[in-house]
Amino acid sequence: MILFYAFGAVAVAASLLVITHRNPIYSVLLLIVSFGALSGLYVLLEAPFVAVVQIIVYAGAIMVLFLFVVMLLNAPHEDAERVPRPHPLRRSGPMRFGAALAVALAVELAWALSRGDGGPGRFTAGAVSSVGAVGRVLFTDYAFPFEVTSVLILVALVGAVLLARRDEPPRAR
Amino acid sequence: MTPLLAAQIGLTLFVFVMLLNSAAAMVYVERKVAALLQQRLGPYLVGPQGLLQPLADIIKLMFKEELRPAAADPLLFTLAPIISATAAFTAFAVVPFGAETRLFGLLDEPLRLQVADVNVAVLVIFAVSSMSVYGIVLAGWSSNSKYSLLGGLRASAQMISYELSYGLALASVIVMASSMSLTEIVNDQAGTWFGVVPRWYVFLQPVGFLVYMTAGIAETNRAPFDFPEAEQELVAGYHTEYSSMSFAMFFLAEYINMVTVSAVATDLFLGGWHGPFLPESLGWIWFLAKVGALLFIYVWIRWTLPRYRYDQLMRFGWKLLLPVAVVNLIVTAAGVLYFGL
Repeated sequence: MILFYAFGAVAVAASLLVITHRNPIYSVLLLIVSFGALSGLYVLLEAPFVAVVQIIVYAGAIMVLFLFVVMLLNAPHEDAERVPRPHPLRRSGPMRFGAALAVALAVELAWALSRGDGGPGRFTAGAVSSVGAVGRVLFTDYAFPFEVTSVLILVALVGAVLLARRDEPPRAR
Repeated sequence: MTPLLAAQIGLTLFVFVMLLNSAAAMVYVERKVAALLQQRLGPYLVGPQGLLQPLADIIKLMFKEELRPAAADPLLFTLAPIISATAAFTAFAVVPFGAETRLFGLLDEPLRLQVADVNVAVLVIFAVSSMSVYGIVLAGWSSNSKYSLLGGLRASAQMISYELSYGLALASVIVMASSMSLTEIVNDQAGTWFGVVPRWYVFLQPVGFLVYMTAGIAETNRAPFDFPEAEQELVAGYHTEYSSMSFAMFFLAEYINMVTVSAVATDLFLGGWHGPFLPESLGWIWFLAKVGALLFIYVWIRWTLPRYRYDQLMRFGWKLLLPVAVVNLIVTAAGVLYFGL
């Protein structure tokens, strides 16, 4: 139980620091820390396979690419603004919408927390955690979403290559 | 504190110390074998046959001045070698190097010669090697120097490219053994066919073994895939600005990664600690012999083959090694399904 609070605290703290820290490289690294804490939570939920795959795929591969982008684009530090800022709810357009959404989500979170039983929840479907079970379910019940996800990733890949191509591809004459 | 727990703690410390020793031994082996391959003598002044040369190197590195560029990011600059070294040690934590032993009857229950016995040991190794990319890329970036940044980016791009082939080679072995636990995979390779040929996976999966070793050499940034560290190209790549113990930690991480790749290859393909003439409890001697042979092959390859240029390296990884690994996996899966290998 204490491990759950430890991992949870690390995950929440790291996620908050991701959005508030000024240096974007530190934000990426703190996101990786938060994924590590999530992986620990998966282990506590008796899903070691998901935990390790989270580290391999998310924290190990996707975040490396994030880090490449941030490093190569040399994103500058976000300095604190000198201009006095009005309250978010009074600013126009998207800022107001975002602030209102944040307030709504906070109210919902408070409501959900107050409705809880107070004790740790029990999962009924705790059997689907071994590698073999996950594989079997993935290829039988969830075969269609699996294939569609792979096509989706392929589409994203092709789109990224197309968008990053130069405007006039050289044509040999 | 049961005797088993004390033995396990002792084993953990023992593995840690032996990994450090193995890195020091590899320093000597590399220099001596390189010298012999190049028909010269190598270290011969410090100690008999130059055997105390690693000690001299370590003392020299400890007494060097610890430098840090003024424009370097202080936290990340100090953190990068720590990440590299920590990942290198952690990967070895799930590698078994011997059969269960009762330590001559001192223990009631057998002690596994493995720091952490995990069901998904193979995946843990893969996950930790993904983490070691961060040490390199952060070292390159936080040094705030062009050579370091280029070297760091190249090294990490190379590592994530070869991780795919690495994982697919691992997947082929997992398909054949139907288990992800390294202990079970090794025990599956006990015994012999026809009384002579040992039941190692390297005979069933030669392509898988070659793919694994190639990807392993590329993962550890060793020649012929060491373009990111090439002295002639990038000064020293991502560890240009490091000196003294930080540099030693990168070196340590590289050698321990080599030892881990060799140890995992031994467990997966060469039958781990099983071998003729020796009882099971002395199997670790066979393990050491096989890992030593693989490390010798590592050094041999480094000082024999020329270095790949970076675009050749990437092309090899994506266009040749990855399709071979995929085809190997498909053929293995078909073999297991239809022929019951």
